[in-house]
Amino acid sequence: MKRLRPRNWDLAWGAASVFVVLALWELAVRALSIRPLLLPAPTSILAEIGSDWIWYLQQAWYTLVVTLLGFVCAVVVGVLVAMLMVNSRLFEKITYPLVVATNSVPKVALAPLFVIWLGTDLKPKVAIAFLLAIFPVIVDTVHGFRSVPQDIVDLGKVLRSSPAAFFFKVSIPCALPSIFAGSKVAISLSLVGAIVGEFVSSQRGLGNVILSAQGVFDTPRVFAAIVMLVVMSMLTFGVLAWLEHHFTSWRRKH
Amino acid sequence: MSLPSVVARDVQKVYSGDRDVLALEKVSLNIGNGEFVSILGPSGCGKSTFLRCVAGLESITDGELFVEGRKVVGPPDHVGMVFQRDALLDWRTIEENIYLPIEFKGKARADYREKAKQLLKLTGLSDFADRYPRQLSGGMRQRASICRALIDDPALLMMDEPFGALDAFTRDQMNVELQRIWMKTRNTVMFVTHGITEAVFLADRVVVFAPRPGRIIETLEITLPRPRPLDIRASAEFGRYCSRIRELFQDMGIMKEENAA
Repeated sequence: MKRLRPRNWDLAWGAASVFVVLALWELAVRALSIRPLLLPAPTSILAEIGSDWIWYLQQAWYTLVVTLLGFVCAVVVGVLVAMLMVNSRLFEKITYPLVVATNSVPKVALAPLFVIWLGTDLKPKVAIAFLLAIFPVIVDTVHGFRSVPQDIVDLGKVLRSSPAAFFFKVSIPCALPSIFAGSKVAISLSLVGAIVGEFVSSQRGLGNVILSAQGVFDTPRVFAAIVMLVVMSMLTFGVLAWLEHHFTSWRRKH
Repeated sequence: MSLPSVVARDVQKVYSGDRDVLALEKVSLNIGNGEFVSILGPSGCGKSTFLRCVAGLESITDGELFVEGRKVVGPPDHVGMVFQRDALLDWRTIEENIYLPIEFKGKARADYREKAKQLLKLTGLSDFADRYPRQLSGGMRQRASICRALIDDPALLMMDEPFGALDAFTRDQMNVELQRIWMKTRNTVMFVTHGITEAVFLADRVVVFAPRPGRIIETLEITLPRPRPLDIRASAEFGRYCSRIRELFQDMGIMKEENAA
């Protein structure tokens, strides 16, 4: 109970500061009569969303699907790669330079290539989201698996644990906090990847909304799409944080 | 005495590298069934290496090593292990931690509920079965890791400086507790320590190791009656064992008198 109160206060402070910034924004736009083409007021952005909210939701849904597909693939493949790297020296020696090299490529620059390779439907966007998201998953998961204490590893050997039992009973739970840390970075990057994918080639999604609205100088619509993205980003991150809270509750027991 | 639990004949262990290091030189030792043996020595004397060889965690370079009549090629059957740090899993309750060896072996938890209860009672942890390790003190956690080591009735219990990380008071307490637990279970125990008092207090026999190269320099039978109370450490007989060991270390040049230097 003691913990709850400061948390709620933190939340209240956060909400208050956001509200103040929005109010100042609104006031500034009205007082200085800034044209909506340059900077629309928060209320007119909300009005823009309200005028066609079903359409906005449809666009958001498309982007969300791309983001989640890229994210889930990144987590599954990333954890598998990390597992192999930790368990096989040879695999690590072969893949580690590859991972470092691929990670140094500005992945956004590859987006047009994916369109050539994979066409213009969902696939190239998911591929970019995946590529952006997988690296933090690999890095953090490897770190997590390596954090299994040596004594526990020895105990597993002395008791002749089956590799599967050791993996599921020790390695995974031990790495779980790190996997979540990596996933939280990955979900944000996956969204970035989805938007970039839509920028490059798309008829749908919030990335496409932004690009086409910019083309006709419909600034309120650009902002409306950005607001949708912010909400989506917060929601996905929140779900992950909740899962983390749920699955690593032992960390808070003192 | 019945069949020996551990037999070591001329065990050698060399760590090869730029310059080979002889970690164990001709270590020969028999540990009887149900015997409590302290392996005592300063750091770097190979006592932990010897334990790890017996546990099958490290291979020996030469000589022969048997546990329960079987040559050691990998970790032997039916052994339990307690480390200096308790090595409990943070995300499991104390009781769940105790089941870990059972789960490693793919056996059913349900068959060991009674055993776990007994062990928790024996170590005074019954009220803490549902707590998490970080909610417990260092001594309690070490008791939990002793429970974990004993859950599947190991023929041989190996303890690698189990109380080394505890404060002096808790350490004394744990020595008494361990003696009490052992007098109930009567497993064969290999107890590695660098504490002279602790080694003498607990053991039927103290095996003294010296460093560079790691080897056995003396074996002392401790014939003090059990159960031994803590204040037995003030007795003349106890003092004689300890001074004998100190003399050995002084002769080795490992311990020096202040004014002798």
